[in-house]
Amino acid sequence: METTPLIEFKNITKRFGEKTVLDKVNLKIYENQITTIIGKSGTGKSVLLKHIIGLLKPDDGTILFEGRPIDKMKKSEWEEYRSKVAYLFQNNALLDSMTVFDNVAFPLRQTTNLHKQEIEKLVLKRIEDLELAEAVNKYPSELSGGMQKRVALARALVTDPKIVLFDEPTTGQDPIRKNMILSMITHYRRKFGFTAVMISHDIPDVFFISDRIIILWQGGVGFEGTYEEAVNRKLPLIDEFLRSLEGFEDELTGLLSREAFRVHYAAMLGGTATVSAVSAALFSIRLNLLHDALGPQASMEVLRTLGEYTNRRFNPIGGFSARHSRDEILTIFPHTSIDKAQKLVSDFAQELKLKALDSIESIAAEKIGTEVCFDIFIRAGVTEVFPTDTTDQIIKKARAKQEIVATHRCDSGGSV
Amino acid sequence: MRKEKSEQVKGAGSSQWNNPLTLLFPAIGKRTISLVGNLGAMLIFFSLAFVNIFQRKQFREIVNQVFYIGATSSLIVMLVGLFTGMVLGLQLFYTLVKFGSVGALGSAVSLSLIREMGPVLTAIMITARAGSGMAAEIGILRISEQIDALYAMRIDPVRYLISPRIAASIISFPLLTAFFDLIGIMGGYITGVLLLGTSGGTYFYRVQSSLDMVDIRGGFIKALVFAVIVSCICCFQGYFCHMRTDGYGSRAVGLATISAVVLSCVMVLIADYVVTSFLM
Repeated sequence: METTPLIEFKNITKRFGEKTVLDKVNLKIYENQITTIIGKSGTGKSVLLKHIIGLLKPDDGTILFEGRPIDKMKKSEWEEYRSKVAYLFQNNALLDSMTVFDNVAFPLRQTTNLHKQEIEKLVLKRIEDLELAEAVNKYPSELSGGMQKRVALARALVTDPKIVLFDEPTTGQDPIRKNMILSMITHYRRKFGFTAVMISHDIPDVFFISDRIIILWQGGVGFEGTYEEAVNRKLPLIDEFLRSLEGFEDELTGLLSREAFRVHYAAMLGGTATVSAVSAALFSIRLNLLHDALGPQASMEVLRTLGEYTNRRFNPIGGFSARHSRDEILTIFPHTSIDKAQKLVSDFAQELKLKALDSIESIAAEKIGTEVCFDIFIRAGVTEVFPTDTTDQIIKKARAKQEIVATHRCDSGGSV
Repeated sequence: MRKEKSEQVKGAGSSQWNNPLTLLFPAIGKRTISLVGNLGAMLIFFSLAFVNIFQRKQFREIVNQVFYIGATSSLIVMLVGLFTGMVLGLQLFYTLVKFGSVGALGSAVSLSLIREMGPVLTAIMITARAGSGMAAEIGILRISEQIDALYAMRIDPVRYLISPRIAASIISFPLLTAFFDLIGIMGGYITGVLLLGTSGGTYFYRVQSSLDMVDIRGGFIKALVFAVIVSCICCFQGYFCHMRTDGYGSRAVGLATISAVVLSCVMVLIADYVVTSFLM
């Protein structure tokens, strides 16, 4: 039996004058998932989101919320539905005559009966979560674009909504902040259990956190499914579009992008089965735990550091690495036997223990204070690679062999 | 055959459209429909805003707006009131001298101010100062999507932005008109009594004896009508500036502000005549 979608678009058509922006769009958004909408400029991504919140009404078609058409809801039902939805605008739409604190507190003051102290507590918590403490009394015009985006995010999340619509939440952010915001979306989704619908062009970063992607194409839905399905299906125009968005490098870690990794891997094999002694290592770090312990920004710094060390250590010997998922890095060692690869990983782990984990500690000290206790485990799995292996098969084999190679233990006061 | 027919129709159509009257009527019709549509929209807009004045969490915002529209405009209104009274005193003194009835100066100044000049000039001054500000502020909120953001946060933009401004105007206009009248009468006293030597006692006696409650009530009724007109027009122009066809973005805000001020002033003068004819 198919699950009822939380939100469903049925034959939605929207025209602006002569121009048809959405043409009989059908799509489904499921509960507790992160759904990312991508598409070229002007394909109606923001228009689509604005239909969900009622800022725009369709010319034709119906939008269903839990199977009920939203245009036929009673006033009380509509208000209840609206109370579950928050919207993060592309240009932030902060109230420019109010300070950061007032902006975040505004929806609580206007739509709830909470006491002043309760509102203050909730607002300060969100401000702290988004590392905006130093901007609390500033006006939006005094903030950088990135900070404004975080204020808008804090305002969208302060009412604990069930559905959050993010209209390009990472636009204009540096790689760390971009990943930090995406990480935060995942973190809060896990913590509060909301459903996220996001418009983003930050490929592949956005795919690391998305459960489903919807590609808007020529007024309709060109693709709906997981990222892997999109890549494997190889729809020519869509594939080209996705590749044009994905750069050569992962911005945060400096590692290869997944597409560049695939190209490297294919070139290494050279289409033959004669390549011998290839090994691979899969490194992973529990980013969710790190996020809880260190906060979003510091945990992204840790991931960046891990990427930097991987590149620095393995690139000179011919290895190449890519960020495979949100918290996994896959490295291929050409012309390296598994024993030699294990030795390399072991030496790498040693270096991590001696240098990287100490720097993580200093990041933590700077960000959250030394008294906060946290553990970090870095896992690695080394496997042989056969010429017929696909990337997914390599990852599967390496994941099965993963074990902890470097640890920072809180009770030991540092690396062990 | 079909082609010939279509050409005939086309020919008939073009000769028909060459007639200036047939060009004039659609244009007038279009304008009329647009005008009636706008009036209807404004009426609905005002009704929604007025009903929302009495909702919860409005008091603080209304007080803020009373300060912005009323308190900060009081100085300029009193200044204009003073000089209007002074110039009235001067003009009327030299006119009344010719008829030997300088003693009626107090009556003439106070009646002119309270019945007509006070409400009208106060409304125009507030339009210029606060009305333009209302239109521009709301227009900027509109083009920067802040109004959409309010809606997205489940805050009715009409309730939050428009109702307090209309309520504050309804409170401020009569008060500022009263200030204007009072200071204007003092202005007449300065020129008529202090500068030109008429008797002070006669001036104030005439002011008191010639003024009826009907005059004061009429002045206040006008102030209330102007408050509704000015606040409604200015807010409406700003709120719907994104729907203008003659400009977009910041230009639309500028044009909305101009329209707000011009329309408000014209409507104040028209309404003044209409209300006066009902009061007489």
